[in-house]
Amino acid sequence: MDNKNRLKDGGRIDRSSVLKFSFNGQNYNGFKGDTLASALIANDVMVTARSFKYHRPRGVIGIGVEEPASLVELMGEAASGNNLSTTVLLKSGLKAKSINCWPSVDFDLGAITQIFSKFIPAGFYYKTFKWPNWHLFEPSIRKAAGLASAPKSPPKNGHFESRNAHCDILIIGSGPSGLLAALIAGRAGANVFLIDQNSEAGGSLLNLKLEINNKPAMSWVSEVVSEISKMPNVLHLQNSTAWAYREHNLVIVNQREINDSSIIERSWRVRTGKTIIAAGAMERALVFANNDRPGVMLASAVQGYLNRYAVKPGNNIVIFTNNDSAYTCIKDFQNAGIKIAAIVDSRFEIPVNVLRSAEGVDVFSGSIIKNVTGYKKVTSVVIESIVDKKSEIIVCDLVAHSGGWNPTVHLHSQSRGTVRFDEKIAAFVPNKDVQNASSVGACNGNFALIDLFEETKVVINKTLADINLYIEFDDHLDCEAETYSIVPLWNTNLSKEKSKAFFDIQNDVTYDDVQLALREGYSNVEHVKRYTTGGMGFDQGKTGNINIIGTIAMQEGVGLGEVGTTTFRSPFTPVSFGSISGVREGSVILPFRHTPVTQWNHDKGAFMYEAGARWRRPGYFPKAGEDFQEAVNRECRAVRTGVGVYDGSPLGKFELKGKHVGEFLDLIYTNVMSSLSPGNGRYGLMLSEDGLIFDDGVAFRVDENRWLISTSSGHSDGVNHHMEKILAFDRPEWDVKITGITNQWNNATICGPKARDLLAKLGTDIDLSQTAFPFMALREGLVANIPARVIRVSFTGELSFEINVSPRNLLNLWEKIMEIGSEFGILPVGSEASHVLRVEKGFLSLGHEVDGTVDAYDLGMGWIMSKKKTDFIGKRSVHLRRDLKKTRRELVGLLPNDPNEAIPEGAPITPEGQKRATEGFTTACVWSVVNDSWVGLALLERGHSRHGETAYVRLQDKVIRAKIVPPVFHDPKGQLLRS
Amino acid sequence: MLLINCPFCKNRNETEFVYGGPVGVNRPDPNISTDTEWVEYLTLVPNPTGPVQEYWWHARGCGKWFAITRNTVTHDILETQDGQ
Amino acid sequence: MQNYSLFSLAKNAFTGHRNWQKAWRSPPLKDEYDVIIIGAGGHGLATAYYLASEYGITNVAVLERGWLGGGNVARNTVTVRSNYLRDQSIPFYVKSVSLYEGLTKNLNFNMMHSKRTMVDVVHNYPKMRDLRRRQLTMDIYGSSYEQISTEQVRKLIPALTGGGANSRLPIIGGMVHKDAGVNRHDAVAWGYARAADSLGVEMHQQTGVKSLIRGTNGNIEGVDTVKGIVKAKKVIVSVSGHTTTLTETAGLRLPLRTMNLTAFVSEPIKPLVDVIVNCSDLGFYFSQSDKGELVIGGAPDSGQSFRRDIKQHVFEDTVGAMLELFPAFKKLKLLRQWGGHLDITPDASPIMDETSVSGLYVSAGWWGGYKAIPAGGLTMAHQVATNSPHPLMADFSFNRFKNLDYILETGTTTAR
Repeated sequence: MDNKNRLKDGGRIDRSSVLKFSFNGQNYNGFKGDTLASALIANDVMVTARSFKYHRPRGVIGIGVEEPASLVELMGEAASGNNLSTTVLLKSGLKAKSINCWPSVDFDLGAITQIFSKFIPAGFYYKTFKWPNWHLFEPSIRKAAGLASAPKSPPKNGHFESRNAHCDILIIGSGPSGLLAALIAGRAGANVFLIDQNSEAGGSLLNLKLEINNKPAMSWVSEVVSEISKMPNVLHLQNSTAWAYREHNLVIVNQREINDSSIIERSWRVRTGKTIIAAGAMERALVFANNDRPGVMLASAVQGYLNRYAVKPGNNIVIFTNNDSAYTCIKDFQNAGIKIAAIVDSRFEIPVNVLRSAEGVDVFSGSIIKNVTGYKKVTSVVIESIVDKKSEIIVCDLVAHSGGWNPTVHLHSQSRGTVRFDEKIAAFVPNKDVQNASSVGACNGNFALIDLFEETKVVINKTLADINLYIEFDDHLDCEAETYSIVPLWNTNLSKEKSKAFFDIQNDVTYDDVQLALREGYSNVEHVKRYTTGGMGFDQGKTGNINIIGTIAMQEGVGLGEVGTTTFRSPFTPVSFGSISGVREGSVILPFRHTPVTQWNHDKGAFMYEAGARWRRPGYFPKAGEDFQEAVNRECRAVRTGVGVYDGSPLGKFELKGKHVGEFLDLIYTNVMSSLSPGNGRYGLMLSEDGLIFDDGVAFRVDENRWLISTSSGHSDGVNHHMEKILAFDRPEWDVKITGITNQWNNATICGPKARDLLAKLGTDIDLSQTAFPFMALREGLVANIPARVIRVSFTGELSFEINVSPRNLLNLWEKIMEIGSEFGILPVGSEASHVLRVEKGFLSLGHEVDGTVDAYDLGMGWIMSKKKTDFIGKRSVHLRRDLKKTRRELVGLLPNDPNEAIPEGAPITPEGQKRATEGFTTACVWSVVNDSWVGLALLERGHSRHGETAYVRLQDKVIRAKIVPPVFHDPKGQLLRS
Repeated sequence: MLLINCPFCKNRNETEFVYGGPVGVNRPDPNISTDTEWVEYLTLVPNPTGPVQEYWWHARGCGKWFAITRNTVTHDILETQDGQ
Repeated sequence: MQNYSLFSLAKNAFTGHRNWQKAWRSPPLKDEYDVIIIGAGGHGLATAYYLASEYGITNVAVLERGWLGGGNVARNTVTVRSNYLRDQSIPFYVKSVSLYEGLTKNLNFNMMHSKRTMVDVVHNYPKMRDLRRRQLTMDIYGSSYEQISTEQVRKLIPALTGGGANSRLPIIGGMVHKDAGVNRHDAVAWGYARAADSLGVEMHQQTGVKSLIRGTNGNIEGVDTVKGIVKAKKVIVSVSGHTTTLTETAGLRLPLRTMNLTAFVSEPIKPLVDVIVNCSDLGFYFSQSDKGELVIGGAPDSGQSFRRDIKQHVFEDTVGAMLELFPAFKKLKLLRQWGGHLDITPDASPIMDETSVSGLYVSAGWWGGYKAIPAGGLTMAHQVATNSPHPLMADFSFNRFKNLDYILETGTTTAR
């Protein structure tokens, strides 16, 4: 029968909007406003899941995020791993299924494990599955565990969004406390952000039939919601969960069900002045034999299904409790036509006013539920008196139990506030706040409406006063003075009970499991959790952990405060990764850097690489049918015999101005820079204070107090940081100003014997003769009618001009170079060819030869370590290291005995090629067109004194012999680049 | 994500800043200090479970360098010192 | 100690599991021991076990300020591997991996050690070069590392649907390290503790050490704990991030700074990923636990911290990078996250050595110390027992800092 358990009227569902959905292949109807759980219960679907270890049938137990049992997998576009049926909002066409059962939730073959249950207590896998090894068992264990499948593809429609928000007061929870706080603060003019995880405001009031000012409490809720919706200074969001409380009052909120269908979820990073945590409390379970049977539910959940969703989960109910709150259900049950077969209260003395509300109902005080009968549905319970053990069977189809209430201290705890155990309500409550936050209402242990309203007023007024806001608030808030008293019942003395009683329903953790853990000495609350896996499931033990803590306390003879809780960690409830990542996507993540020539490279078919600092650079420019080596050879040949051009824009560049730049450069470089006259430059090495090579580059003096330095493209940010820090703290008295100009000056570098001819043909007013424009000089003027700074640096070993222009002119310059250079056989040069050319010259490459173990002397660059300067960064450390007189690895060249045998980069060199500790490694190896051979560079122990000897390069399958030579294979005297 | 009080810009998110390392001893004169003193300068930093002084650079903001005193356990920022 | 086996499990099943003994005793704290180990983490417990089992030194107390195995070993991403760069490092980790593989048998406790291939997913050529460089040196020491194509990467990781040729971060290939593995971290701690206890080592939880005590000759004399003074001529400090907190009480300053490292897990899902996925260029790695959760880790946060918490912007970046390669995970959910603190040395390689205070030993600077637990414990036990460093750890001494003789795993400049 359709909606068999739906009450004829009442509830907050919209009966005019019928929604069709399917569960495990069966079709059902529900209403707008239902959750999947309420709609299933309405349709009398009482078995919705199977537990993951024992495959016992389970139904819905709770009504919200505390739900431990009813996990479902959504299908189609909605697929999103595991979901609680109690939090899935019913939508038209929703398709869901149970997980972890086969062939169906009603008939699950997995249940066969129950036969073996005595062999698989908690932690059984630590004791067995050891032989022959874990691998034999692992695949089946993995298949059996794991719940829903991961979604197979990203969402087809919609995207995730993120926002940053700032507010004076963040109020978490729109229950009575939160609403009141928002109302007062909103009227006072504070900037308020009110959020709540539920689909509508009201908190616990949604599930109860309380009265405020002699009207239904929900009318008061509507009035408040309406008033604050008109306040421009209040932002009110429902379906929004505050899931993390970070440092400095940063709270992360995940907003769902956004009015814009193109946004799947929105993440808010809220930096708040003050946080008011009004997160309410969650009811906790009682632990008794077979407390997991479908039809055994939390009392407040049954009450909520009745009042909020007009759903009756049963007709003949037994209430089991240890506190007053379950008694508030009685009237609601009776009004809905549910017969109350019995109230079982473990307390020996029940407060008179509470008993009054149970008039006409059989109350069994000082009693517990000993057992529940029924497998897929409750059929009866066995009640037992605690003292004389007299028992009685009561027929019923629904058990509503309440073990008391847990103030929701999660966010408070995440903020690093402490908790303490409050004996009066037998629960953990907030103790001290360490950030600017306060907990109010039920989450602070104040359950009665009248009390929490008072508390809220005090707290919010103080909060407003702290930010110099005041408001007179005298709205009436008349409500009943409810009482709450409880006698804790952490378990029902199950030491001789054969049936299973569950602490953690989701992970199938039983009373016996916890006893076993304690017996084996895993008595710290964290050990019990890890050993039994209690509290480690999707619900993170929201309804059951306290009972484990209480049981440990009883067993160890200490108070619950001493046992403590396991750590509360974010997220409060599971959050999708998409929401966390927000708009990070594609090109927005790590945007790559490009120059005005990057597109030209693409168009010319260059094979593009991503180089240091995310620069997009061309690797090589293959012609049709060419392979990598052929293309690179062609480019190298062009540079060595004609002219090539490459885009050197990515190199880091800084302009330094001031009186002390010269001294500053002398401090940060190993060689002397201050002696440079305007128009001249020098190659320099930069060390870090611990003597390791940090960067290399060139420094040019433009005029008296103006300098230009360039760094490697990968380290430019690091060099910037390094320079800035020294000037800020070590030499604050120096007049040096740094301006990063990497993006302000781009360059096209032409290199090769014909470079000067090409430059002349481009047209320039700069005197290009060797005497007027020597190597390492800087000249300014026009090139091809474009204002330019031309620098004679060479990273290829050939005659080379780096033509620096403003970015808007680079492409124009580049195209002119290509056009006019064609008569000289010009080719664009990629990074692969540049690499070959520099290896042939033995020039330093930070990513290759600089290994963290070698210094300038090892690299044969002792000349760059100034002996004149008494101090420069790194000097002391380099010598300190060398004082060890350890065998140094030194830069050498390698010529494989077989010129056609390539040596893989990184290949180790060992004595005689034996399998033993390395004495060096190959830093680079390239095919050298000009030498018609593979040539390599290596760092090798005592390399400088081993020229002429053989090095043995050890690979996995062979040993390559190579001659050790000086690390230069072209123009060793360096005449070409000075020409 | 810390909220850092830049001396010039006031409170800004940590993402606008670059961490500059702990404030240690001033750079000793490398020509006078002993090997031990030099190595200590390079390798020893205060590592308290409590307030530590460290440099920050408002690199993605005003460019100011300054120091703060931050508690390494709670991350409370106790003081901001203008470096320049 | 009581034997754990299928047989004993079955036998005990029939007596309601009432006869299992405590995994370790809680004896009263004595006045004196031969060796005190501070920190019942992976390294401390392993050291205790090997002191007893290899060197017969059993008059040992492990002092833990909280609950046993509650430090970094409790919050680990459990990647066991040996793909390091330096000759000093590789053999140490190879030994550790091999010890892990035999640990279940040796300790009679199921570590649930699962040998898994680790796959490096590579996006740029410099990274590929760096990894290939390791390959050939690792080969000398018996650790395998091979380069694979992009197609092979996708075959090993079918869930890796991003990183295509037209995406922002196209994959250019990968490396496989077949000697890697994962296991159950609590089992490692409990297994070592139980085995050490059965040999006579004492476990003392909730016994925080307030300070180290030096004698008049300057040597270590013992420790002052919350339960009183305990004497020992040999004290080992293996407390991860809090190393300097303790050593400063002995007047020692060590080259360590404490940083925060975080990890997170997804909700449990059906088996999806059978390898350990490592994307060092993007800064994250993960594997799937036997329970079905994806266990994901990233790089440490900058700045010194003992807070053991999450830096939101760093976390978001890590997740964003992960989704770039695994876009189907967008609707998958985060279940839990946490931070731990570790201490780092100037060269990011660990220190295992006796300090300048005679009798005081330190095992610290571990960034990636989980995989090193067995070898770290074994070599430290060796040094303490024989008064000479084990050849596998001799290079990881304090001495190397005297002349800045760093062991740099990064392979290039420090770029700090």
